[in-house]
Amino acid sequence: MYSRLYKLAVSLPPLFWVVLFLLVPYSLMFAHSFWVTQDGSIVHNWSLHQYFQLFTNPLYATVLFRTLRIAAFVTLFSLLLGFPLAYFLSFHAGPRKELLYQLVIVPLWVSYLVRGYAWKTILGTDGVLNGALEYLHITHEPLSALLYSPLAVVLMLTHIYTPFVFLPIYASLEHIPRPLVEASHDLGANSRFTFFRVILPLSMPGLLAGATFAFVLTLGDFLAPILVGGPSGTMIANVVQSLFGAAYDWPLGAAISVFILFITVGLLFCTERLEKRWTFQ
Amino acid sequence: MIPAASTSLSAHLLDVRAVSKRFAEKEVLKTLSLNVVAGEFLTLLGESGSGKTTLLRLIAGFEQPSAGEIWMNGERLDTLPPYKRRVNTVFQQYALFPHLNVRENIAYGLRANNTPKREIAPRVEAALAMVRMSEYSDAKPTKLSGGQQQRVALARALVNRPQLLLLDEPLSALDANLRKEMQGELKSLQREVGITFLFVTHDQEEAMALSDRIALLKDGGLEQVASPREIYAHPATAYAAQFIGQTNLLRGIVRSGIAECGALRFPTNSSDGPGLFSLRPERIFPASEVSGDPDSVRFSAEIRQQFYGGSTEVLELLCSDGQIVRARISAAGPLSGRQEFFFFAPDAIPVNR
Repeated sequence: MYSRLYKLAVSLPPLFWVVLFLLVPYSLMFAHSFWVTQDGSIVHNWSLHQYFQLFTNPLYATVLFRTLRIAAFVTLFSLLLGFPLAYFLSFHAGPRKELLYQLVIVPLWVSYLVRGYAWKTILGTDGVLNGALEYLHITHEPLSALLYSPLAVVLMLTHIYTPFVFLPIYASLEHIPRPLVEASHDLGANSRFTFFRVILPLSMPGLLAGATFAFVLTLGDFLAPILVGGPSGTMIANVVQSLFGAAYDWPLGAAISVFILFITVGLLFCTERLEKRWTFQ
Repeated sequence: MIPAASTSLSAHLLDVRAVSKRFAEKEVLKTLSLNVVAGEFLTLLGESGSGKTTLLRLIAGFEQPSAGEIWMNGERLDTLPPYKRRVNTVFQQYALFPHLNVRENIAYGLRANNTPKREIAPRVEAALAMVRMSEYSDAKPTKLSGGQQQRVALARALVNRPQLLLLDEPLSALDANLRKEMQGELKSLQREVGITFLFVTHDQEEAMALSDRIALLKDGGLEQVASPREIYAHPATAYAAQFIGQTNLLRGIVRSGIAECGALRFPTNSSDGPGLFSLRPERIFPASEVSGDPDSVRFSAEIRQQFYGGSTEVLELLCSDGQIVRARISAAGPLSGRQEFFFFAPDAIPVNR
């Protein structure tokens, strides 16, 4: 069909891109993770020292577990928000569907940073939330625990990733043939039974995709902890960032990155398998 | 205009009472009333847009009537949600659950209705055997052919022992041969289980082959409700005459017991005034088969076209007044020119416009 030259010409740019910006950096990172630093410079001595440190130094384990916990909560909360929203839009929104859909999408056009700073003005000691609580005489002095905490990170990331979770769920709900829902009611199933036996199983691929988005994106996030996390909200990406920056310990940073990469790839592999199990078309 | 639906004394299972349905500005059903007798095979026949599927969806509960009531077994049906109606549906595209295998699909209704566990398995097996699908019980619906999916859909509905089974053009997705085969299976299945079938189709041949009675719909109203033979022999309207089988519509004027339709003049019982008559093509004979019957009406016509059809052939006849009638005669070899034909006057059935 197409000449070899043509095939080569169209596949070269993406190939070039993948090699230069994915394969080479990842290989370098992988190599670095087996090297060590001596007197402030990187020495190419192959060893497992960095991985040993990662698993034995409680500091890294603490931050890693905190990161996983935050990612789990963000995933849970964005599912709890995103699924009902997608379900309502797909099945019950009627003629307002298009408008509501746009309203869910619009926040994606706003810069991540702007949304981050918005949370600062909401959660800060002189912020909107504290002001409201005091005005209503629920509290008498500003709560300082709202901002600069893991909770703030979870709130901000849930806000940011809910549309990402919403979109694949909405798409999979829209793909459920409506006669299936009618058939379920016709066979004597009420709305509850229909939801758990037909709608939920058939929206599983979207749900898994959405959950994976939220979890993986949170796992690698370093801006939310900087903006609203404070010292108690530090996440693993912040550690990596400082190791590559001020601490100048590239090998350890690389080892942590490789570890995170493996978690992510493992997760993607699992959800891919699960999604296949739940796909029937 | 509509003749009495049924004079039979058997109980009405379903009563559709003056039901209207309006979608936005469009009136899809116009104050329609219909009875379904227990145990019968009733077909809703009509072109697309005639309202037949809408009527079915109202009975299933997927739509609410704009006016009127539906009763089943002396109880109000249209106020119940679909899952509380003892009505099951076979959907046009079957609507089998893709994530469940054949057995789970069939068990779905029983599970939803909290049937005791020990009852479910034997009933599912019996339903599978009834549609001869036992060997496919573990297959997913997407792995099945159209005809097999059709059978599973039937079993899934019938296993619930509904009082009324609704079938929404269930055969339209099948190819012609399979369709004929499934028609036969449907009919014998209905006799076997004794459940009332309400069947929707746009295919008049299918309707005639399967139904005890046909309800012919047009533009959201009933044109005629009667047995296939009755509708064919005595169509109430010109539409019914043309939709069920082929016919010649003769238009003319009745004067003191004589209908004058162009060159064709014949005695009739109709009252004086403009008249419309349906004359089936097979009721016109070549005059070589001479009849001395006093009711026979002779006319001469020019053979314009001849369509050979094996045992019979259809002639397109141009009468002396310019009107064209079609005659279906037993195959007689090539014919041409002007010939004499005749029909019996009572075969020209007066119909409403």
